[in-house]
Amino acid sequence: MSFPALVEPADELTVDEVRRYSRHLIIPDVGMTGQKRLKNARVLVIGAGGLGSPALLYLAAAGVGTLGIVEFDEVDESNLQRQIIHGQSDVGRPKAVSAKESVQEINPLIEVVVYEERLDNDNVLGIFEGWDLIVDGTDNFATRYMVNDAAYFLKIPYVWGSIYRFDGQASVFWPHAVDENGESAEAPCYRCLYPEPPPPGMVPSCAEGGVLGVLCASIGSIQVNEAIKMLTGAGEPLVGKLMIYDALEMEYRKLKVRKDPKCALCGDNATVTELIDYEAFCGAVSDEAADAAAGSTISVVQLEHMLKEREEGTRDFLLVDVREPNEYEINKIPGSVLIPKGEFLNGNALGQLPADKPIVLHCKSGVRSAEALAVVKGAGYGDAVHVGGGVVAWVNQIDPSQPSY
Amino acid sequence: MSVSVRIPTILRTYTGGASEVTATGATLAEVLDDLDAHHSGIKGRVLDDEGDLRRFVNVYVGNEDVRFLDDLATPTPDGAQVSIIPAVAGGC
Repeated sequence: MSFPALVEPADELTVDEVRRYSRHLIIPDVGMTGQKRLKNARVLVIGAGGLGSPALLYLAAAGVGTLGIVEFDEVDESNLQRQIIHGQSDVGRPKAVSAKESVQEINPLIEVVVYEERLDNDNVLGIFEGWDLIVDGTDNFATRYMVNDAAYFLKIPYVWGSIYRFDGQASVFWPHAVDENGESAEAPCYRCLYPEPPPPGMVPSCAEGGVLGVLCASIGSIQVNEAIKMLTGAGEPLVGKLMIYDALEMEYRKLKVRKDPKCALCGDNATVTELIDYEAFCGAVSDEAADAAAGSTISVVQLEHMLKEREEGTRDFLLVDVREPNEYEINKIPGSVLIPKGEFLNGNALGQLPADKPIVLHCKSGVRSAEALAVVKGAGYGDAVHVGGGVVAWVNQIDPSQPSY
Repeated sequence: MSVSVRIPTILRTYTGGASEVTATGATLAEVLDDLDAHHSGIKGRVLDDEGDLRRFVNVYVGNEDVRFLDDLATPTPDGAQVSIIPAVAGGC
């Protein structure tokens, strides 16, 4: 289905602009009118990370007149494998500032508005107000649901993309869409597709599971493609469609996404009528893991002390690293054994645990080890503990000679 | 009825890394049972403890979300493609 252009054309293009955008202007579907619409457009990009990097660069190059960047983080060396809007000399600098500089280097003719803050319930509606389109490149479920809901309340179309390892998904959520006859398009929102987030820990993040760098470009460029179509009214955008990309098979598939009449946000009897507590809705750790970790979390400094005592023979315990084998190859706490978290969840690990000494669990940051701790405690190992901050804290505080990731 | 089932990356630990496997069954419920018989544990990632489809996993038969067809009773004709699409949040 096609939709009317989101944005009215600007009055004119300057001589410089005509020269710069000439390859757009000679495409009949864009032309002078389409380029003037882009010039008048205001697009807000959430996150200048994996998806935000290519999205911002291409939106800027395409001549979207006003770009917004919401980003609170700083550039880390581990970002540079995929976040191509930042460079080596940007490490340690605010991503929002680095992104703005890259965008303005590509296209000095556009305006860039920077929001150097973390999106939350208090600021999201104020920041979103007045933008024509939201492009989402955030990295967690809580923010995704918040962006979806805020965009819905303000009737702003939401171009969504998501990535993990070799898999990507993209869609455009716009429940207020009307077709060219002014009738409701019965288009879905993000909650129609995924009514609830997965329980914490079940679906790993990119930081835990990894992401192929170039996948960001594959999905980020789909998002920009859809944004340009929406702004100019060209073609058929991914409204009510889900694009699934499998980079290993090199296959794109387009599936139908229907409006859910029972949707909590845009359905007939909506129960979400204002912003909700998204952290509680999505959770950072499961209730079981939080309960298990309460009072049973030690620091890396305590662990170092315990390991020393174990070496001297005055204490005994088993230190279990619950990460994956390829993470264990990168860095490790000396004296640990590797049993991945999945082995705890399916019960296989319990047979490998000694009954006569305490168990100490750790992972990368402390989330996965808390989940494994819940399983271990549930199996009767009441004195088991886990290490807060995991191997990241170990490398930072105890052994900076090891690499972090 | 033999159908092909598309396995997303995060569930490929259950299929020995295979991105597509075949299964038999006249309905989605039967296909999932058959899938689990050969790839133990995978059904638990798609269905909750009550045996209903998890709310953060979508299952498509062909081009249609089974939540808008007959859920687990959705027919799976011979040669159909079943796709399991889990929610993914990564963007960083």
